[in-house]
Amino acid sequence: MSRSALFLMRMRGFLRKEVLQIYRDPSSIALAIFLPMVLLFIFGYGVSLDAEDVPLAVVLDDPGPEARDFAARYDLSIYFHTHYAKSIIEAERWMTQRRVEGIVHIPQGFAADLLAGRTAKVQIIINGVDANRARLIQGYSHGILQKWTEVRQARGEPALRPAATVTQRVWFNESSISRNYLVPGLITLIMTLTGILLTALVVAREWERGTMEAILVTPLRRIDLLLGKVLPYYVLGMLGMVLSVVVGIFLFGVPFRGSILALLFLSSLFMLASLGFGLLISAVIRVQFVAAQISIVAGYLPALFLSGLLFDLDSTPRFIQIISYILPAKYFVTISHTLFMTGNVWPLLLPNALALASMATLFIALAYRNITKRLDG
Amino acid sequence: MGLGTADDQAAKSDIVLVVRHLCKSFVTKKGAPAQWALDDVSLEAHAGRVTGLVGADGAGKTTLIRTAAGLLLPTSGTVTVLGLDSAKEAIEIQRRVGYMPQKFGLYQDLSVDENMTLYADLQGVPMAERPERFQRLLRMTDLTAFTRRRAGALSGGMKQKLGLACALIKSPRMLLLDEPTVGVDPVSRRELWKIVYALVEKEGIGVLLSTAYLDEAERCQHVVLLHEGRNLDEGAPQKFKDRIRGRVFLITPPADVKPRQIQNHMAGQKGIIDATIRSGRVRVVTEHGWGAQVAETLPAAWRPHIREALPQFEDAFMALIPRRQGHFQIDPHPAVRKGLPQDEVVVQTRGLEKWFGAFEAVKHLSFEVRRGEIFGLLGPNGAGKSTTFRMLCGLLSASGGEIRVAGHDLRRSGAQARAHLGYMAQQFSLYGQLSVAENLTFYGRAYGLGDPKLRERLAWADAEFDLARWRATPAGQLPGGYKQRLAMAAALLHEPDIIFLDEPTSGVDPLARREFWLRINGFAEQGVTVVVTTHFMEESEYCDRMLIMSQGASLAMGTPAEIRKLVRTPDRPDPTIEDAFVALALGEVIPGGHAADNGKGDSP
Repeated sequence: MSRSALFLMRMRGFLRKEVLQIYRDPSSIALAIFLPMVLLFIFGYGVSLDAEDVPLAVVLDDPGPEARDFAARYDLSIYFHTHYAKSIIEAERWMTQRRVEGIVHIPQGFAADLLAGRTAKVQIIINGVDANRARLIQGYSHGILQKWTEVRQARGEPALRPAATVTQRVWFNESSISRNYLVPGLITLIMTLTGILLTALVVAREWERGTMEAILVTPLRRIDLLLGKVLPYYVLGMLGMVLSVVVGIFLFGVPFRGSILALLFLSSLFMLASLGFGLLISAVIRVQFVAAQISIVAGYLPALFLSGLLFDLDSTPRFIQIISYILPAKYFVTISHTLFMTGNVWPLLLPNALALASMATLFIALAYRNITKRLDG
Repeated sequence: MGLGTADDQAAKSDIVLVVRHLCKSFVTKKGAPAQWALDDVSLEAHAGRVTGLVGADGAGKTTLIRTAAGLLLPTSGTVTVLGLDSAKEAIEIQRRVGYMPQKFGLYQDLSVDENMTLYADLQGVPMAERPERFQRLLRMTDLTAFTRRRAGALSGGMKQKLGLACALIKSPRMLLLDEPTVGVDPVSRRELWKIVYALVEKEGIGVLLSTAYLDEAERCQHVVLLHEGRNLDEGAPQKFKDRIRGRVFLITPPADVKPRQIQNHMAGQKGIIDATIRSGRVRVVTEHGWGAQVAETLPAAWRPHIREALPQFEDAFMALIPRRQGHFQIDPHPAVRKGLPQDEVVVQTRGLEKWFGAFEAVKHLSFEVRRGEIFGLLGPNGAGKSTTFRMLCGLLSASGGEIRVAGHDLRRSGAQARAHLGYMAQQFSLYGQLSVAENLTFYGRAYGLGDPKLRERLAWADAEFDLARWRATPAGQLPGGYKQRLAMAAALLHEPDIIFLDEPTSGVDPLARREFWLRINGFAEQGVTVVVTTHFMEESEYCDRMLIMSQGASLAMGTPAEIRKLVRTPDRPDPTIEDAFVALALGEVIPGGHAADNGKGDSP
């Protein structure tokens, strides 16, 4: 038989074995399909960077209809849940007890000042413990004030005099729903975790069960071993990715504005980088438990915190930004955000794709170098 | 050695393996001194014969086989397999040899057929040849009926046979088998050997096989005796045996004497290398030149009962391997512990059952153990010994039936029962980083020993187990035999009156195993009850009574003599316990009934 026929026979045997194992041992499927779904549901439903139904104390010291009309705007807002306090003292007590997150204080003379054309004053106090949330509440509150002013002006009634008018428009995530931003980022996280864990665990399992030792003493070559592990888990990992995207779009209503082909191509690069990293781990670590720990510490956690998925990298210290450049996840977060919310912006996608392609090549090459047909390295 | 004669020259042409001055060291920790697994080993293996690597655990057998398979690089020296250098041409060797690692390299999720197909693909067996080849291998290994069964669901013996079939898939010119029979039941062991012989004789394959079972050495045509990484000696088994002719004796115990007492008397006598119990008699190996005087070491009453015996390989092995320091001396006059009523039933099970899901691991087991007895649970891996054992110690709850230990129902008053128990787990379960003294102190405190008592018991442990000079050594760094001593000391620190020992001799070299049994004998003489599991059939000779288990059920129970008697036939006048196991497992004999001619017979 020719060399290539022998190679094909070995690959066929190896791949069939992997497929049968995936099919019969639920742990790989759990890792590739079940784990992404769990993460997606936790993040999709459980984690939200939006504020809704924020408990708010309203202190209405002015009995006039204008003051009441203004307060009613807060009652009607979906962002707030109002509680009327008898006095500012009571409202402040609520605030200290964290029963409310903000106070809208409409002082006496509000209506009089308004009608007289003087500057009417409203005091808004916000709990600033969570600075991000405080800014959100401030923004919503500001929006209500502005809207109310516009309505009154339109009706020709005396209104608060704005110092300047800000016309705000949000692009790409028009309704500013954090889920639209989180889900694409999450897909990065899922692919990092499954890609690394799949290969690292599967290879470590072969060492633990003693099967690796037996197949090493066959004419199997290192390249066979590499391909035999990358190909099946590439397919499995991509299945998990596609499933996550489908759930993201149809269940969570996340927009998708790029092309599917671009997504498949670019995510393939990322998946290969993850698988390559997993193989690199597996070349050194032969115990599943340790392989899993290293995958989490060296793969999942950096992808979660340092890739710009949750936290904007521009506001992090310089050295964190430098670290983030060696994370494949950083490039794919950008790609994923762009494809979901903006579209095929190739000038942005291409440099990131290039970075991913070189990292995938690097990891797989390193893994190949470190795969050994011997027991002692 | 000595490849000088004309015959040897002719044989040289079919040399399949040449090992020359092979050294292999492992660095376990950075900065730590390298461990030499192999130290200047040279040997050869020929086509058409079985070359056995014989030695205790840690002798370097696995390292040598792995190096030959191209899995390890020699530190120095060379290994040539079929004329190919194992360091440079590993892949060419791997095309031509069949290798079976110690931990079977089977995919548990794949069926018998799928495992074989995988290895056929990896080895490049042409499709056209496969149906005939598979059929032949399946027939040879008796697996034809199980092609669709998952490897994980096969019995231990069947797994080994499947592993062998996979290693043979490409009709290799050489087979490397690393302890293919360890922990396998005697029936499967015999079948495996039959297959190996057939390959050697009919196909002229060269086989290099390692084993820790000394009786298997006699089945090899050429034996290499490895000890601590060195080739102590090699040759045909007969050569080893001839050398100690006249130095092996059997003592048949007089009516009122237990073989154990004779063994205790002989062990440690001047000029005596080895004293073991075999088939109810005490087997003694003397030092060179002491054969003529052996009777003088016996009390006058026993002297007529001694006669010379034909040497076996095991005798030669014991005579060859160097003694280590601190060789155990048994106290010839043990003090019986006071206050323990004799002949009382201390462990009792009735209809004991254990289910794991739909799998019945232990099937309706009933037995009793009396005070001061050594009671053995015997059987191959997977027979249900450890499960039974864990139920006895209260580590697993029974699915059905009753267990009473030291008069307590384990289901209701486990803690009270446990105060009477000492337990030594199969795996080394002490703290590797703690020193010997720290480990013992910890166990003493855990059992609630107060200061004066603890000091007394620590002194006892030092003396009894010769641990004094290792006190400050971390337990993880003790030599193998001492680890086992420490584990036993820890289990005995609180002076339990029942001790449970789970496979205490597994992975321990023959010397340490003998010493261990002598100690156990000593404790039993003091009135301590010992319940012990083992897969070494011959060790059951040390037990007063035993239960032979197979696939969760009891095959037979009784004294070693009773068990042997069950299977005694005219063509087998002097059966071993292993013979008994095989006969019982195959259904040739029904305990309590008559020998069945067709292997079926009616149940008792």
